[in-house]
Amino acid sequence: MSDLFDIITAAAFWSAAIRIATPLIFGTLGELICERAGVLNLGIEGIFTAGAMSGWMTVYLGGDLWTGVLVAALVGAGFGLLHAVLTVPLGLSQHVTGLGITLLATSASYFTYRIAFPNVSSPPRIEPFQPISIPGLSDLPFIGPALFQQTPLTYFAVFLVIVVAYILARTPLGLAIRASGENPAAVDSQGLSVYGLRIGAVMAGSAIMAVGGSFLTLSAFNAFFFEMIAGRGWICIALVVFASWKPGKALLGALLFGAFDALQVRLQQSMGGAIPYQLFLMLPYVLSILALVIMSRRAAYPNALMIPFIKGQRS
Amino acid sequence: MTRRFFFSRLLAAFAVAAFALSSGIPAEAKEKPLKVAAVYTVPVEQQWVSRIHLALKAAEARGDITYKFSENVANTDYERVMREYAEQGSDMIFGEAFAVEKAARKVAADYPKIAFVLGSSFKPEEPNFSVFDNYIQEASYLSGLVAGKATKSNKIGLVGGFPIPEVNRLMNAFMAGVKEVNPDATFTVTFIGSWYDPPKAKEAAFAMIDAGADVLYAERFGVSDAAKERGVKAIGNVIDTAKDYPGVVLASALWHFEPTADYAIKQVLDGTYKAEDVGKYSEMKVGGASLAPLDPALVPADVIELVKAKEKAILDGSFKVQVVDTEPKP
Repeated sequence: MSDLFDIITAAAFWSAAIRIATPLIFGTLGELICERAGVLNLGIEGIFTAGAMSGWMTVYLGGDLWTGVLVAALVGAGFGLLHAVLTVPLGLSQHVTGLGITLLATSASYFTYRIAFPNVSSPPRIEPFQPISIPGLSDLPFIGPALFQQTPLTYFAVFLVIVVAYILARTPLGLAIRASGENPAAVDSQGLSVYGLRIGAVMAGSAIMAVGGSFLTLSAFNAFFFEMIAGRGWICIALVVFASWKPGKALLGALLFGAFDALQVRLQQSMGGAIPYQLFLMLPYVLSILALVIMSRRAAYPNALMIPFIKGQRS
Repeated sequence: MTRRFFFSRLLAAFAVAAFALSSGIPAEAKEKPLKVAAVYTVPVEQQWVSRIHLALKAAEARGDITYKFSENVANTDYERVMREYAEQGSDMIFGEAFAVEKAARKVAADYPKIAFVLGSSFKPEEPNFSVFDNYIQEASYLSGLVAGKATKSNKIGLVGGFPIPEVNRLMNAFMAGVKEVNPDATFTVTFIGSWYDPPKAKEAAFAMIDAGADVLYAERFGVSDAAKERGVKAIGNVIDTAKDYPGVVLASALWHFEPTADYAIKQVLDGTYKAEDVGKYSEMKVGGASLAPLDPALVPADVIELVKAKEKAILDGSFKVQVVDTEPKP
């Protein structure tokens, strides 16, 4: 038990938790925007991959890091547009379309990578984002090294949570997006375009997901690998439920998962082979399921989630 | 043709076919280039597979074989891809059977004229299923000597994918090497449950460095990156990454698949191919493994001498590195 106490009182532990959480913050936030507008986006895993690949490739070909992030966002928005066109005006199954987007985006990323690099024995690398210190804050004891020695994209993720929370809760645009996920007929009767709002929300959400993917290749690591997303997108789907579709809670959920993951690595090392390592690897998922069970009892999902809107049709 | 006559003819045909199958048709010599296919469950950049890929590319460049491959094949899809290459008339199929032993052996049994040479922790199977693995524990042991001398905190961290024999064997040999020169050294071992998640491997390595480790055994991509960022040292495994991390990677145990590939290809060309364990072609004395050249700027001269002496003892057979395939427990 004293081991556990030592682990979670170390600044390095919280720094790692935030680092691990960063792609999940982007992903959960992106998924949340899609779902608040009424569209489930299971393309997230593939959009992560596409963002990771395109962002990295841009930098490798000579773009700067922020251009890489921008390209990733645009690629994400492109796949979002495809998902939205199929599911919103055409009203196709959001499950099937989303999984299809994941397969398409993943395969297209691998294919592009292999065409560009047919013969490498060691993956090509770029110079990634470096941690930046914030004057004043980074020098604080404990809090400084724990919270304020991250790479720029991590700060950007937290900033984005605040912006999205504000837009959704306090602006007419946010109200319209939420309404199209709750009662699209009411939005329509106000003369607003449900299609436009939903398509826009899915594109914006997908762009944010893709930036989360690019964090992995531009910040957490410096090369692109097949399969490196490793299910992070699917975790975000669960985190949205955990968050009851609220941006602030999404941030909390992602941080909690990051903390569990950082904890399992450290426990695995301090317990030294006494317990099979698989149990530790399972830990973040088990704890997340428990948290999900507790949190989701009060979760109210958007009423029109996964229900296509057809103008003039009686519900 | 009466019906009875027809049946007797059919029976005779079956008898001949059965005889031919059971007695085994003697393998015949084949013409260059052989049609070789490889099926990999991971991309060709992955350390272990990259060595096979490289060796087969070299054989292709020599004109011995034509080479086709499928990478990143899911385990669930492995059998189908193998069968497709078998149906296309391949002479040899390389690959990795670790997670698909049963299926791969079934395919091999269905195509007895094709030589199957697969990475496996189990035994070869008559008539055509040969097995290999990266038995480079000797080189790993030598890299352990370097690590044991280099650590100042006496804490060494090892990050691996999964604890399967080919990983365990090298980790155990590495740890034996460390213990040989530094009995006080302690180890932490982490498995990340993935072959291909560098950010996660990097996090595991960071956690080790936070806990005081100053030499890391880099079984996966990502570990050397953490070492470079935090200014500690790393030991490479299977491939030489010293160029990518100058001043970080002290020593690397390298695997050379060429002796294994070339031996198997020659057997098929000569018509003398049979199922066997070709793992011995990964040993140091046949050039299947080596320690990447040590940089005198990073490794002290007396350590280089020590490594050279051990290497000589391994090559002349006076010293044997034990093969331990069980999960390393620190």
